[in-house]
Amino acid sequence: MPDKILSPKPDLVAPPEQRAAVARATSSAPAAPPVVTPAGVALPVHATAPAGLAVPAGLAVPADLAVPVGAAAPPPGEAGAGGQVRRRRHDILAAARPLLRRPGFVLAALFVVFVIVSGLVPSLFTSYKPSATVPTDKLKGPSMSHLFGTDELGRDLFSRVLHGSTLTIKATGGAVLIAIVAGLAIGVVAGFFGGWVDGVLMRIIDILLALPMLLMALVIVTALGFGLLPIAIAVGVTITPAFARTTRAEVLRVKEQPYVEAARTGGASWGRVLVRHVLPNSWGPVSVLAVLDFGTAVLTISSLSFLGFGTPPPAAEWGTLISNGRNFLITSPWLSLLPGLFVGLVVFSLNHIARTLEEMQR
Amino acid sequence: MSAEAAVDSPAARPDSGPIVELSGLSVGYQQRGRTTLAVEDVNLTIAPGETVAVVGESGSGKTTTANAILGLLPSSGVITAGRIRIAGTDVTGASDRVLRAFRGNVVGLVPQDPMVGLNPTMRIGGQIAEVVRRRGVDKRLVNAEVIEALERAGVDQPVVRARQYPGALSGGLRQRVLIAIAIAGHPRLIVADEPTSALDVTVQRRILDHLGGLVAETGTSLLIITHDLGVAADRADRVVVMQRGRIVEQGEPAAILLRPQEPYTRHLIAAAPALSHAGGVVPCFTDVTPAPEVLRLDGIGKDFRLPRTASGERTFRALDDVSLSVRAGQTLGLVGESGSGKTTALRIAMGLEKPTQGRVHLDGVDITDAGWSELRPLRRRFQLVHQNPYSSLDPRFTVAQTIAEPLVSFRVGDRASRAARVRELLDQVALPAAFADRKPAELSGGQRQRVAIARSLALEPELVFLDEPVSALDVSVQEQILTLLLRLQQDLGVGYLFISHDLAVVAQLAHHVAVLRAGRIIESGPAADILTAPVEEHTRELLGAVPGQRFAAELAASAPPGTKR
Repeated sequence: MPDKILSPKPDLVAPPEQRAAVARATSSAPAAPPVVTPAGVALPVHATAPAGLAVPAGLAVPADLAVPVGAAAPPPGEAGAGGQVRRRRHDILAAARPLLRRPGFVLAALFVVFVIVSGLVPSLFTSYKPSATVPTDKLKGPSMSHLFGTDELGRDLFSRVLHGSTLTIKATGGAVLIAIVAGLAIGVVAGFFGGWVDGVLMRIIDILLALPMLLMALVIVTALGFGLLPIAIAVGVTITPAFARTTRAEVLRVKEQPYVEAARTGGASWGRVLVRHVLPNSWGPVSVLAVLDFGTAVLTISSLSFLGFGTPPPAAEWGTLISNGRNFLITSPWLSLLPGLFVGLVVFSLNHIARTLEEMQR
Repeated sequence: MSAEAAVDSPAARPDSGPIVELSGLSVGYQQRGRTTLAVEDVNLTIAPGETVAVVGESGSGKTTTANAILGLLPSSGVITAGRIRIAGTDVTGASDRVLRAFRGNVVGLVPQDPMVGLNPTMRIGGQIAEVVRRRGVDKRLVNAEVIEALERAGVDQPVVRARQYPGALSGGLRQRVLIAIAIAGHPRLIVADEPTSALDVTVQRRILDHLGGLVAETGTSLLIITHDLGVAADRADRVVVMQRGRIVEQGEPAAILLRPQEPYTRHLIAAAPALSHAGGVVPCFTDVTPAPEVLRLDGIGKDFRLPRTASGERTFRALDDVSLSVRAGQTLGLVGESGSGKTTALRIAMGLEKPTQGRVHLDGVDITDAGWSELRPLRRRFQLVHQNPYSSLDPRFTVAQTIAEPLVSFRVGDRASRAARVRELLDQVALPAAFADRKPAELSGGQRQRVAIARSLALEPELVFLDEPVSALDVSVQEQILTLLLRLQQDLGVGYLFISHDLAVVAQLAHHVAVLRAGRIIESGPAADILTAPVEEHTRELLGAVPGQRFAAELAASAPPGTKR
């Protein structure tokens, strides 16, 4: 996934050094990219490395630019393994730079990272036990000692939210993993083989799409029983159809590309074409959908636990917390509102990341 | 109301000086806070009734200049210096509201790509009526004006066409509709941005002839933007040569062609196939030695099933009794307009499609019915180069991976020997070895096509199929690729089946030529015979359509013997 996201886009992220190299590349092919104008204009070195960003790649750029335009191309043999590694790292850094320049993206990414880390190791951020009751401190409003306040049994709500993350994150990860694997497999098989295989698979997907998402998840959870795995499967199955559809559309598009035909006439087998050409080139939109569906999965899982289909108490999932707080909505509104806000922020951040990634791919 | 007044005012002063006056115009594109100049210090005036051609390679700033005149610069484009005056009014940095009054009514545009220039969900007539209505024409007369505009643009059956959707029309017809839209506004200047680059040479000539006639008839000015100096010289009263955003030379076409001052202009002249050969189509190989046959197509016919329609036939005959033979180390040029069946013939020869009738022989072996696995060992012996280098390279593969892919597919050599072969191939197609790590996005069109050629040569084939390998490229890049192909053939002894719609291009490469029309071979033989003494009318038409022949006689007279390549 990072590979696709960070793949170089010439007009967006190609470092000036590459553009200059293209320009001076061969005297035999003078059609330089339109961005390159007479040397003095195209190469204001310091403009490319803004002061606030101490990205290492920024340092490399002026050094490379010091090569005079029109100098002979590097001698053959320089393109060794070491050069490839250096180049690859350079690519990633260069591709990451425009991402880092978007404060919204950075905030969203930091928040998601915080949620994941706090979900996996909650003790890093809170010293309260989620199940430790302190009856004297019940229903306290948010304060410095209890960030999110306390619930009707005096348990620290912030701690409960963070511990609740553990379950939600695991279920979400499992659900998206199931959806990616199943959706990708169905989509690739349908798109690649076409014909009746495609017809049968897509009709099944159509049926899945026709059922309301939450209803289907409820049915599956009821059938499989409560717990982490059933929830992951239930949510995974509900978001699989979108993956299958997107993958199929992408595979159909890539399959017709001339470079696939070129590979075929070059003697490549279908298996090789599938793994080396079709899959990597179909992956972009699917990866965006994956990030987007993390948000959907979080929402669905929270809905399930809100409705009481999550893991049983005393374990606290986000939905359970919101649900419990309903009884105190008038007197202690933070019990529902703060966990709700937290879930909302997580989904919003994930959607924003997906949107940014989609924009970068254009 | 005020818009109405503005519409009238520029048009109300006819013939009051030049229509367009650019003085010291510089246009830049802003990207990440810095401005890259695309056009620098351009001075250009267009007088009423004058035809001016701006010539230059991609990236020379010619389209940016045209967009600046039309006020259609993208949001990142800014005019950094100079002034633009249209019909006497200074419109530099004017608001869109002001500029709208000029667009269509004073300056009309014929856009580059007829395939995307029309709204696919609107009938042709409706799209033209939009322009007519803007002139304030009475509602009841709009329809008649639409039909008239279509008629004047040379569209047959204008009443029927007006009710059709763009999808039903061919590329040439769509280009005519775009011209109709441009002239329906009765502009005083028509800007034609590469009006024919996407079209066959014959269609190109008809369109340009027509546009020229219209301009002469109505006294409209014409600004042609093109990368082909041949086209410019044939059509324009004045030729402006642009390089890297600057005007390097301008003058009458005869002066530019016969006494070019700048090395860049000479470079462009050398690049235009017809111009470099003193204004004519001259075959490169006049003396062809017999060579053994590698590939033979025998009486190939191919039917395509048509979608069920209310009337008409259920099948379409794409090829009818086509016989071809490609000889070792030599080139067969297969020429025809789009839709003549060239590509179908190539795909059948490659075994990518099965013919309805006829046989395909490779070295005397019948491969017509060979399946994929039977054909696979033979694939090492013939390879394909696609038309469009922008889509024939996997964007995620590096150049080295792309070139080495056939070697990997056929398990030729190990990692080290493949890397060595890639370096050797890069050297053969004149790309630096450092390009091995690049991705296609970092390469220009010509460089990409070189990579595609290197890939096709990786397995040392006897035969390479070239499907219009240069038609997506600028003329000057075309010329380099053709020279490269010629050199590779001499060095490696590889045979080519070369498909093109342009006889001037075929002339530079082919030993034998076959002319295809509507699925039938109408003429075939040695290149020298076909190109110098064509028998068929259609071949003569194709020859006559090659741009750059207006000054053929003068060029031939002025060129000292020995300068011909």
